[in-house]
Amino acid sequence: MQAFYGFKDGSGEWFVIIDADACNGCGKCVEVCPAHALEVGEDEFDPFSEKHHVRVKEGERKKIRYTCAPCQPGYGEEPPPCVAACEPGAISHSEAWLHAYAKK
Amino acid sequence: MAEQGKQEYWRWPEGKWVNPRIDWRKGKIITAGVDVGSVSSQAAVLVDGDLYSFSNTRTGSDSPDSARKAMGIAVEETGLALDNIDYCIGTGYGRVNVPMAQRTITEIACHARGANFMYGPEVRTVMDMGGQDCKAINCDDKGKVLNFMMNDKCAAGTGRGMEVFADLIRVPVWEIGPRSFQIKKEPPMISSTCVVFAKSEVVGLLEKGVPENDIMAAYCSAMAHRIMELLNRLGVHEKFVITGGIAKNEGVVKRLEKELGIKTAEKVWHRPAYKDYPFETQIAGALGAAIFAEAMVSKGKVKSVRKT
Repeated sequence: MQAFYGFKDGSGEWFVIIDADACNGCGKCVEVCPAHALEVGEDEFDPFSEKHHVRVKEGERKKIRYTCAPCQPGYGEEPPPCVAACEPGAISHSEAWLHAYAKK
Repeated sequence: MAEQGKQEYWRWPEGKWVNPRIDWRKGKIITAGVDVGSVSSQAAVLVDGDLYSFSNTRTGSDSPDSARKAMGIAVEETGLALDNIDYCIGTGYGRVNVPMAQRTITEIACHARGANFMYGPEVRTVMDMGGQDCKAINCDDKGKVLNFMMNDKCAAGTGRGMEVFADLIRVPVWEIGPRSFQIKKEPPMISSTCVVFAKSEVVGLLEKGVPENDIMAAYCSAMAHRIMELLNRLGVHEKFVITGGIAKNEGVVKRLEKELGIKTAEKVWHRPAYKDYPFETQIAGALGAAIFAEAMVSKGKVKSVRKT
């Protein structure tokens, strides 16, 4: 399952995309996130799944653009810490940050 | 509301239904789902996995009260009490405030599961147009969520936006769909994304003397366009279904179909035995929750809390 956490408004699409099938629940991204925006928990979208995976905390979802922005200036050159820490490559960000915050 | 007029144009009809073919006293497992949304609340009761009753009502200012009201209407005059229910699951925006629920499940999972039950296993994309958000969900043949996208940041393209519009233009909300087609030529859509700005744009059109029906058409196509933007990223697959209150507004649905180039599935029960049951697009969430409850109890994943 692919979970899109975030929002879309007039300024663009701001989503942290987590591939729950790829995520192994190791929690390394949780440790490196400077905003403490991530957590590992049960699958909210499949009540019968026993597997735990990472998700964006509920309170961060509606302000994710700003929560994630400090990690984004290097976008395109080096990945944000959560993405770099993820061995299975389960985390990605939508392109809006790239356009708004990448080094020009 | 806004004016002193006695009629409240946003008020949509509430509803309830009880299955006359089922006697709940003979049922082994009775489960319920309560979906407390921002604008409407629903409850659905299943007896051994078969639809027994449902209700659809407006959410008040107090979530627990709205949940009790929805549940109360669903079991009214049936003799069924909360103590007879094996398991109850809360869902929706106000799911943490459902007092009779033993656990909660997100509305994303419930809507996918409910739509799968209602429209059949061929459903691949579910668009839930709720009171204050819209969600696009892709699911598999078992109603399991594959991916989803939610727009809960603002009221643009939501049911509440339509209610506000109905009030402003003083036309009952259920008449907007049909009347939006009584036009000579499709007008340009309302350009503002924001409901508040769209409202002032509508006032401007009214002042200019644009016919009411044209304004309704302009608003419906703006809403359809907004929903399409959300769907574009996720991808729409057939069978495509719409749940929630806006599914009843053909002015939005038909324009969305035209923009997407995909038809929405017919609003009929997938199960042949259900063909004369009323089809209520708003109960998908509550129904999904009740189905999850049934599956959990029958698989022994949770214990029944039934007292009598």
